[in-house]
Amino acid sequence: MNSDRALIEKQVHHYLLQNLMFTDDESQLSVEVSLLDEGIIDSTGVLEVVMFLEEQFGVQVRDDQMLPENFDSVKAITDFVGRLQSSS
Amino acid sequence: MCGIAGFVGASMNEGDAHAALNRMLASLRHRGPDGQGTQVDRDCGLGHVRLAIVDPEGGHQPMDNGHGTVWVSFNGEIYNHIELRCMLESHGHRFRTRSDTEVICHLYEHCGDRFVEHLNGQFALALRDSRRQRLVLARDRVGIRPLFHADHAGALWFASEPAALLTVLPGLRRIDLRALAQTFTMWSSLAPRSIFAGMHSLPPGHCLAIEADGQRTLSRYWRWESPEQPTPRPFARFEEASAHLRTLLDNAVRLRLRADVPVAAYLSGGLDSSVIAALIRSQDSAPLRTYSIAFEDAEFDESVFQTRMVRHLGTRHTTVTCTRRSIGDAFPQLIAHVQAPILRTAPAPLMLLARRVHADGFKVALTGEGADEVLGGYDLFKEAKVRRFCARQPESSWRRDLYARLYGYLEHSPTAHPALAQAFFDAGKADSDKPWYAHLPRWKTSSRAMGFLSADLRQALSSFDPAEELAPQLPGGIARWSPLARDQYVEAATLLPGYLLAAQGDRAAMAHSVEGRFPFLDHHLIEFANRLPDHWKIRGLTEKAILRHAVADLLPSSIARRTKQPYRSPDSSSFFVEGKPMDYVAELLSPQRLREAGYFDPDKVARLMAKCRTGNARGFGDNQAFTGIVSTMLLDHIHVRDRYGGEGKT
Repeated sequence: MNSDRALIEKQVHHYLLQNLMFTDDESQLSVEVSLLDEGIIDSTGVLEVVMFLEEQFGVQVRDDQMLPENFDSVKAITDFVGRLQSSS
Repeated sequence: MCGIAGFVGASMNEGDAHAALNRMLASLRHRGPDGQGTQVDRDCGLGHVRLAIVDPEGGHQPMDNGHGTVWVSFNGEIYNHIELRCMLESHGHRFRTRSDTEVICHLYEHCGDRFVEHLNGQFALALRDSRRQRLVLARDRVGIRPLFHADHAGALWFASEPAALLTVLPGLRRIDLRALAQTFTMWSSLAPRSIFAGMHSLPPGHCLAIEADGQRTLSRYWRWESPEQPTPRPFARFEEASAHLRTLLDNAVRLRLRADVPVAAYLSGGLDSSVIAALIRSQDSAPLRTYSIAFEDAEFDESVFQTRMVRHLGTRHTTVTCTRRSIGDAFPQLIAHVQAPILRTAPAPLMLLARRVHADGFKVALTGEGADEVLGGYDLFKEAKVRRFCARQPESSWRRDLYARLYGYLEHSPTAHPALAQAFFDAGKADSDKPWYAHLPRWKTSSRAMGFLSADLRQALSSFDPAEELAPQLPGGIARWSPLARDQYVEAATLLPGYLLAAQGDRAAMAHSVEGRFPFLDHHLIEFANRLPDHWKIRGLTEKAILRHAVADLLPSSIARRTKQPYRSPDSSSFFVEGKPMDYVAELLSPQRLREAGYFDPDKVARLMAKCRTGNARGFGDNQAFTGIVSTMLLDHIHVRDRYGGEGKT
């Protein structure tokens, strides 16, 4: 894992723990667990995540990228941000 | 409308018995400010506070049958009391008053325990048969009027509201954790469970008989039922069924206009209340007084449609405008009356509306409550229809696009992006055969509140599924009902009696001595609607299609065609003023108070409060959790620890 990716993953992980799970305990969220299946992201929570990504990483999320596979885990979100950054 | 209280099986002298009844009645005074009465017969006591609506001079309660052998204490209305009186008179019964209460006494003499099957109304009642030394408690079919009971030292105590029982049975001042878990999932506890451990809610449509020897029989006299599929239709043609619906509605409204006091109507701006107000105007030439709630937040406000309806009907209208501040200020008083945790602030504006209605001298208001349950109006039903449709061909993208047609009124629609919407609504797809399949996404969102419980409570509740008590209550054949009928049943068994008719209905209105009347919940209308095919209720994605057709001539087309906008109010933002929590919120949610109470994890609550304070709580999950936490802490403060200052106990 390169250092940029590790940093993004850490920030995403931290954001989800703090803002959607209301805890500091990192063990409560593994990077591969399904955020949708576990109910960690609710039906409007994904909008909060998008706002965070756009503000934190300076990316733009298009409507056609609002797909479950881009938001379903810390790992998926991290990969998605990486793709957005490399394509910009 | 009134409040009732009493006991059976208690050994007390008569003075102590009257004193206990009066203690309970004192806490129910807001339900009946016009009179109070008690009656003690051996080990049984009945108490009553009265809101005089029918026969103001002759309706004092508890009332007997003229021979002192049957006594009734009754909260509610029997709309068909005139017809029942005629029938009873033809069988030789003689009446002293014009009240519906006296009809109940004689009907019991005439039919025994089956008397309740003849009542068309909204009621919770206690009937004492002195000769047989038995007591019968009964509650209306859908749970419009409340009735709680608890056991103590071999006696059964009952009352319209939990707070009345807490005055005589302080041992009940404990929260039932399973009820809390149910509330944090389904928005209320599931009867007979109540939020107070050891206290029970008599389920809607049930009677409880307590015999002289203490033997008890709980029996159901009515059930929300739909036919198993396939079933012959009651009407061959939609137009024919629509005309019959109109007749039933006309009749339901006509009966609910029976009162010896003036009657008002609520106008939300939506289809249902507009239909009721229009039907009143069509039947009654007297000027109609209407009331609405408006919001300073445009997202919740429906003033434009309310004004349109007021102009159309020519009513004399009053609007109560609610602000976040007024909702937050009213919330402690609301919880004092609701006496349970709630996940939404929406009952608060209705309580403020009732205050105005009461101040204007009205005791009765007709509303559109119940139309969505009976005729298929909720988004949840449409959402379930789309989910089932998509599940047939999961790869179909155009089916998935239907999600985007739901929830258009929301600022942050969960369905704006169909692919994500499908992922969210796939919640519970493994449970697609369960009758509560439609409700799983909502329950999943609401149950985020469970994550804020303290570690001890989460551990205690770890093996408890809040829905598990629903399964044994379901009708045996429900799996063979149509999909919409199943969804409607679950709604009618959970949210309707547990929250909409309770916190948002009875308690919000009775806080200010106002009786709500709901023509759409007339049982003849429910029984008719339950026999209609699904697609006559939801046609495509148009909800309440048959209702729109049945009343098209009564309404402006913009109202008749309007897509439902659910009644909501600002939730977590109501508890903050200029970025700071209201004083009572800061105090109750302080780490010390939270630790002392023990229900919630102080650290998580602090983080959620920070999110709400900064306006970053946009989703239903966070808002419901925060409202649930504030209301639970208020409940603990007011009713568990009995520490309320008194401004809310009217």
